Amino acid sequence: MLKINSTLLLAGVLLAAPWGALAQTKSAADGIAEYRKMLADGNPAELFEARGEDLWNKKRGPNNASLQQCDLGLGPGKVKGAFVTLPRYFGDTQRVQDLESRLLTCMETLQGFKAAEIANTPFGRGEQANLEGLVAWISAESRGLRFDLPQAHAQEKTMLELGRRAFFYRGGPYDFSCASCHGEAGKRIRLQDLPDLTRNPGDGIGFAAWPAYRVSSGELWGMQRRLNDCFRQQRFPYPGFASDVTIALGVYMGVNAKGAESIAPAIKR
Amino acid sequence: MADPMRIRAQAAGDKATVRVLMAHEMETGQRKDAAGKVIPAWHIQEVTAQLNGKPVFTAYWGPAVSKNPFLQFVVKGAKAGDKVSVSWVDNKGDKRTDEATVS
Repeated sequence: MLKINSTLLLAGVLLAAPWGALAQTKSAADGIAEYRKMLADGNPAELFEARGEDLWNKKRGPNNASLQQCDLGLGPGKVKGAFVTLPRYFGDTQRVQDLESRLLTCMETLQGFKAAEIANTPFGRGEQANLEGLVAWISAESRGLRFDLPQAHAQEKTMLELGRRAFFYRGGPYDFSCASCHGEAGKRIRLQDLPDLTRNPGDGIGFAAWPAYRVSSGELWGMQRRLNDCFRQQRFPYPGFASDVTIALGVYMGVNAKGAESIAPAIKR
Repeated sequence: MADPMRIRAQAAGDKATVRVLMAHEMETGQRKDAAGKVIPAWHIQEVTAQLNGKPVFTAYWGPAVSKNPFLQFVVKGAKAGDKVSVSWVDNKGDKRTDEATVS
């Protein structure tokens, strides 16, 4: 009886003074936030940004051309602000493209590389490694801007719907969907907060935090590689680089993130 | 040749805080590749920093330092306009020097 009373008393004290308790003890989330802040000072993504800017302006490939005339949606050569409008519909290719698939198009049409060959290269090797630099720099040029994906074209609306369905599609040996991990707020896996991507998770969270430098592997991951990792953890087959389903998921997350501030390239554990 | 470093140096009072990001694989020599062969060690061995050409800092690094290392240190007596240069040499003899102005 005494035991029960003291338990109740303790609960009462905790309920009565939630602010006092928060101020005194550091919660797990605070500790994680502090760790992240320490990491963010000196984000090696800067090294990739520098390389990406260099690659954008350098004459390369079979055509010995730079990417300076590449149209990322705001007109040829316009980089600033382009990232927060992607994925979007492009008239020349007649399809919706995200940053990485658009870069493949530019590398093929301007520089003469074979887009299919680059898409089949494993992440982090050869031209894929160059793509990492490019996405780091291009996303950094839109740092601090807010996501605003166009939804005027019919194909953009179709891709949004396709993305929504893909997001909730359950399958694989564990019957996972994207929504299994990213359909609820306030969840985490070990130290990683899981953003709720079915709505706007806020500034610099979820879609607005990628591309990012991953400290544990020392690699810069674009959205394509990040998505691939989700598919891998769902035990789904490799979706294919710049495939329609990955772009559709990008549209879904991007439209949901409307108004969220991009902090890319961010830093992740 | 190695990618350039990013160096930022900020003066506050009679001190300046220098932040350096280096682009380097920092391979430990302990890892194996997909074929089971040891990936040879390849890491920065010596780091030096100079303020206006005068050495202020030397460090010997080993394989325990992370990939793309971040280095931060404080230099006394540095003021805005001073030049800070940082150099590294790795175990293959590759080297890199970059310079920044204290702001």
